[in-house]
Amino acid sequence: MKFTLSWLKEHLDTEASVDEIADTLTRIGLEIEDVFDPAAALKTFRVAEVVSAKKHPDADKLQVLEVDTGKERLQVVCGAPNARVGLKGVFAPVGAYVPGIDLTLSKVKIRGVESNGMMASERELELSDEHSGIIELPPKTKVGSSAAKALGLDDVVFDIATTPNRPDCLGVRGVARDLAAAGIGKLKKLPCKPVKGGFDNPIAIKLDFAKVAKEACPIFAGRLVRDVKNAKSPEWLQRRLKAIGLRPINALVDITNYISFDRGGPLHVYDADKLTGAIRARLGAKGEKFVALDGKTYAVDETMCVIADEARVLGLGGVIGGEDTGCTEETTNVFIELAYFDPKRTAQTGRTLNIQSDARFRFERGVDPEFVEPGLELATHMVTELCGGHPSKITIAGKTPKPTPAFKFDMTLIGRLSGLSLPHSEIRRRLTALGIKLEGKANVLKASPPPWRPDITGAVDLVEEVVRLVGVDHVPATPLARMAGVAAPVLTGPQARQKRVRRLLAARGLVEAVTWSFLPLDEAKLFGGGQPELTLANPISTELSQMRPSLLPGLITAAKRNRDRGFTDGALFELGQAYHGAEPEDQYVAASGVRFGHSMLDGSGRHWSGEAPEADWAGVKADAVAALAALGLDQSKLMITREAPAWFHPGRSGALKLGPKVMLGVFGELHPDILATLEADAPMAAFELFLDNLPPAKNKGTVKPALEALDLQPVRRDFAFLVDGDVEAGRLVRAAASADRALISTVGVFDVFTGKGVPEGKKSLAIEVTLQPRNKTLTDAEIDAVAEKIVAAVAKATGGELRG
Amino acid sequence: MSAPELDSLRAELLAAIAGASDLGTLEDVRVGVLGKKGRVSALMQKLGSMPPEERRDFGQAVNAVKTAVAEALEAKHQELSRAATAKRLAHETADVTLPVREGPLAEGRIHPVSQVTDEITEIFADMGFSIAEGPDIETDFNNFTALNIPREHPARQDHDTFYFAERPDGTRPLLRTHTSPVQIRTMLKEKPPLRIIAPGRVYRCDSDQTHTPMFHQVEGLVIDEDTHLGHLKWVLQEFCKAFFEVPEVKMRFRASHFPFTEPSMEVDIGYAKVGDEIRIGEGDRWLEILGCGMVHPNVLKAVEFDPKKYQGFAFGVGIDRLAMLKYGMPDLRAFFSGDLRWLKHYGFAPLAVPTLAAGLSH
Repeated sequence: MKFTLSWLKEHLDTEASVDEIADTLTRIGLEIEDVFDPAAALKTFRVAEVVSAKKHPDADKLQVLEVDTGKERLQVVCGAPNARVGLKGVFAPVGAYVPGIDLTLSKVKIRGVESNGMMASERELELSDEHSGIIELPPKTKVGSSAAKALGLDDVVFDIATTPNRPDCLGVRGVARDLAAAGIGKLKKLPCKPVKGGFDNPIAIKLDFAKVAKEACPIFAGRLVRDVKNAKSPEWLQRRLKAIGLRPINALVDITNYISFDRGGPLHVYDADKLTGAIRARLGAKGEKFVALDGKTYAVDETMCVIADEARVLGLGGVIGGEDTGCTEETTNVFIELAYFDPKRTAQTGRTLNIQSDARFRFERGVDPEFVEPGLELATHMVTELCGGHPSKITIAGKTPKPTPAFKFDMTLIGRLSGLSLPHSEIRRRLTALGIKLEGKANVLKASPPPWRPDITGAVDLVEEVVRLVGVDHVPATPLARMAGVAAPVLTGPQARQKRVRRLLAARGLVEAVTWSFLPLDEAKLFGGGQPELTLANPISTELSQMRPSLLPGLITAAKRNRDRGFTDGALFELGQAYHGAEPEDQYVAASGVRFGHSMLDGSGRHWSGEAPEADWAGVKADAVAALAALGLDQSKLMITREAPAWFHPGRSGALKLGPKVMLGVFGELHPDILATLEADAPMAAFELFLDNLPPAKNKGTVKPALEALDLQPVRRDFAFLVDGDVEAGRLVRAAASADRALISTVGVFDVFTGKGVPEGKKSLAIEVTLQPRNKTLTDAEIDAVAEKIVAAVAKATGGELRG
Repeated sequence: MSAPELDSLRAELLAAIAGASDLGTLEDVRVGVLGKKGRVSALMQKLGSMPPEERRDFGQAVNAVKTAVAEALEAKHQELSRAATAKRLAHETADVTLPVREGPLAEGRIHPVSQVTDEITEIFADMGFSIAEGPDIETDFNNFTALNIPREHPARQDHDTFYFAERPDGTRPLLRTHTSPVQIRTMLKEKPPLRIIAPGRVYRCDSDQTHTPMFHQVEGLVIDEDTHLGHLKWVLQEFCKAFFEVPEVKMRFRASHFPFTEPSMEVDIGYAKVGDEIRIGEGDRWLEILGCGMVHPNVLKAVEFDPKKYQGFAFGVGIDRLAMLKYGMPDLRAFFSGDLRWLKHYGFAPLAVPTLAAGLSH
C-alpha cells in the first residue's frame, strides 16, 4: 500500500517528520517497505529561463542557448524544437545524474560548441515517455527554485506492507487513524455532505440470490449522474495516482481508484448508456462469460457473484469490472456503484480465475460495510466537481450486514497477557482513537468494534491493539522461571542417538549433506518408492515432485555431481527422514552414506603412502557396523544376511539384522544398472541404517561390569581351513567360537585365499583363535583338545577341513 | 711374571684396544685377552700353581690389569657402537616434508543446519525446553485449521502450500509449511506446563535466490498459567545473546499479524555491515529474524485447553537463516546442493560439539 505525505496530511493533522512517521508505522505493524523521496534524485536540478537562443553554427537541428539558472548564466547546446527565449524549464547542471539517459553530465563540446548542462525533457527525468521537446513550466515559476518542487515531485512516497487482517489500512484514512491512535497527530474530521439527487434513479438495482447465497452481496447502492464531461482528471489527482504507481485514465475511472486508495472502499462506474435495463447482483450461471477490464475473457460459474444487466454479465462483484460498460472519455451518463461483497466468495472467485485486482485485494480482506452510502456520496461529490453533471437520487438494494456484536472486555487481560501495566485512562484513550466504542466504568467494559475493523471480534484483539500502539518496547523483559537445580537432559532416546550417530559418521570421514526431501518420480521408483499418495499435486518442478523413499538417491546424485565437478573421491552422509507412505508412522529416520571413487576411513584418493582402495562393500559395512556399535548395539547379536534390496550389487551387499525380523540396515556396492540410470559412475558403495528400528536402549545404570584382567597369558592358535567357495566366513567363525565358549575369547579371520594350491571351487579361510585360560596355564594336551573341538565344529558346520 | 712385565703387558693391551677401529677388531682383542685362552686368562690360570705367599700379590696385580683392560674394552665398545649407529642412521634419512593423511577427523564434516540445531538445542535445554517432533506430511487441521487459519483465510495464500492428491474421505494431506503443527501435536498429547522447541524441515512452493522449496525452522512454545509477553521478550533476548555469542544484542519488536498468535510480533535484530560481513550486536541496521506472539485463544480451544486458565507464547525462526547470519554463508540454495566444496568449507569438525560450558562455536 502506497501513499504520499501530502495525501496522508489530508487526513492527519501532524507536524511529525518523515522519519518519525516511518518509524511509527513500522512499530505499530504497518511495516515500511520503502520511503521514496523523488525530490532527492532531482536535488541539483533547478528552474532556469532561456534568455537567448541562437542557431548552432555547425548543426541544423541544434541551438545554442543562454540560460539563467538564478545563480549564473550558462551556455547550453539544445536540440529541442520548443527551446526558445522566455521558456522556463528544468535545468540539469554539470555533475547531475539524468535518470532517463542514465548519464552523469559533464562539460562537453557539441560540434565544437561548449555545453554546460542540459535542459531536460519529461522522458529524461523519467516522468513520462514525452520527448518531443523540453519541459515547459508555467511562466510564473521562480527562476533558480527547486525543479522537483516546480514539477510537484516534492511529495515523499511511503510504501507499507499490510497484514491480511487490516483491510482498513488499505486506505490512507485507515493509516492516518492508526497513526493518530499511536500519538502521531490528530485524525481530521472530513464530513461529506450528501449530494441531493434531482430525479429518481431510472436504473433499477436488484439483489437476485437464493437464501443460502444472500451473503454474497447483502447491500448494493447506486445512482446515475447525467451530462458529465469525462476528460483527463486534474493535475493534482493525476499526480497522486502516478506517485503510487497507478496510471491515470480518465476522470471517472481516476475517481474510483482515488477513493479506493483514499478510503479502502472500492467502487465501480458504468457508462449508463451501455447498460440494458435493471442492474443486478446474482450468482453466475454455467456458460456465461464476459470480457473484463484487463482485456481477458472470463467464464463464470454458479459459485461466483456477478453483476449483470438484463442482457449480459457485466463483471464480477468485488473482483473486476467489464470492458464493454467501462467509462471512456465519450461517457456522458455515468452509473456509480458501491456495494459490499462477501470476503470468502470474493477470495474464492479471485483464486479460481486467478485475477489479482485492487478491488479483490480489499473485498477479500473485508471492507467497511457501512461505507456504501457515504462512499457513494463522496464519489458523487467528486464526479460533479470534476465532471459536472446532474445526480439522481440514490437507490439502495439490501441492507448493511450486521456489525460484529459487542463483547466483554476485562482490562486486566492486558496485564495478564502482556505484562504491561497501563492506567485505564490510557487503554480507553488508545482504543477510542481506533473507533472502538467502550461502555461501562469498572474494569470490565462492553466493547463495540467499528465496522472497518472486521478483525476485532474479542477481548484478545483489543489486547493486541493496545500493545501495538503502546509498543512492545515498553513491555519489561521478564525472566522465565528456571527449573530448580541443574538442568536435566531433554533429548529423547532417539534424539540422543541421532546426535551420536551423526558425529560418529562425520568422525569416520564422511561429510554430512542435507538433500531434498523430494526427487524425480523415476528416481523414487528405482528405490522402491513412487507411490501415488507420495506424489506432490503441485510440485515446483518434476525434479522435486515425489517424496523420497530413501536417502540414497539424493546422496548418489550429489556424489555424481561432485565427481562431475572433478572431485572424484569422497564420502557423503545424510541423517534425515524418508517416507514409505503418507501417514505419520510411515515417515522414518535413516542415516545413510555413500563412498565414491577411492575412499577409505583414513582418507580418499591417491597418496604416496598408498592409494585409498575403491569404495567397496567392506568400507561401507565398516561405517554401518561402527555406527550401530556407537549406538550401544551388542555386536554379537548382529546378523549379516544377503537381504539387501535390488539397488545393490546382488553379490556384494548385505543386510544388518537383529533376529529374523528387525532390519537395522543395508550396505553394499550399488548396482551398476542403478548407477547407469542415474548417470553415476562406479565405484560407489552405500549404506542405509534404519534408526527407528533399533530397540530402545536399556536403562542399565552407569556402572560398568567389573574388568576381568587375568594374569594368565592368552594362547593363540592359527587354523587354515579348506572350504567350499560359497561357505561364508561368518558361519565358520561362529562354529569355531562355539567349540568351547569358556576358553575361546575371540576368533579372527586373517586370510582368505583362492588360487595356487587351493583346488578349483574351494577357498582357504585362515582364522586366529585366542584362548584365555582362567585358573591355570593350559597344558599342551588341553590346547590340543580344544583345537580338535574347533576342527570338529568347523567341519560339522561348513564341511571344511584343516589344510595340510 | 714380574711387575714391570705386567705393566708392559697392560700398556700393550690398552694400546691394542685403543687401536681397534671397529667392533670386530675389538672383539678379537677381547678374545685374545679375556677369552678362555686369552693372555690375561692364562695368567689367572697360573695362579693355582703358585705358592700361596706369591699368589696373593700376583693375583692382585693380575686382577688390576684385568679390570683396567675390561674397562677399556667396555669404553671402546660403547664408542665404536655409537659410531656404528651414527653411520647407519646417516643412511636412513626420510623426507619428513612428505604430507601425511590426517585421518577421518580431518575429513568429516557436520552440516551447518545440524550444527546450528545443536546450538539452539543446547541453549533452550538450559532454559528447560525439551525437543518435540512431528511428521513432514501433515493434515490440513494441524497445519492450518487448528492454528486459527480457516479455509478461506487470506493467510493461506501466503503459505504457498505443497499438497498431495485428495483422499477418498475428502481430506488433502500437505507438506507442513511451518513447524507450528508440532505445537498442535504436542498440546493434543501433553498437558501444561509445556516448554518445547520443535526443529525440522518445512516446505513452501517457492524458489529464488533467498527461498528454497525446503528449509528449516525451529518452533518454540511455552504454555502455563502466567507466561506473558515479557517472558517471551526475555527468552528471545537471552537466546539471541547466547546464540550469537555477544554480550548485548539490540532487538526491535514490531507489531505484526499471524493467525495463531495474538498479540503478534516480528522481531528485528540490530547489526552492522563491515565489508561483506554482518556483525550482530553492533551498528544501527535492522534485520528481521523471527515471528512470535501470545498463543491465540482459538488455538488453545482447538486443543481443548481452557484459554481462561492457560496462556503462553510461541515463536518460529529459520534455522538456515540463523546459520547464514552467524556463519556468513551468502546463498541459501547452496545448503542443499551436496557440494563437497561448500560442505567442507562451511561444515563443522566432527568433534566441535557445541556446549554452553565450552562455548557454542569454541
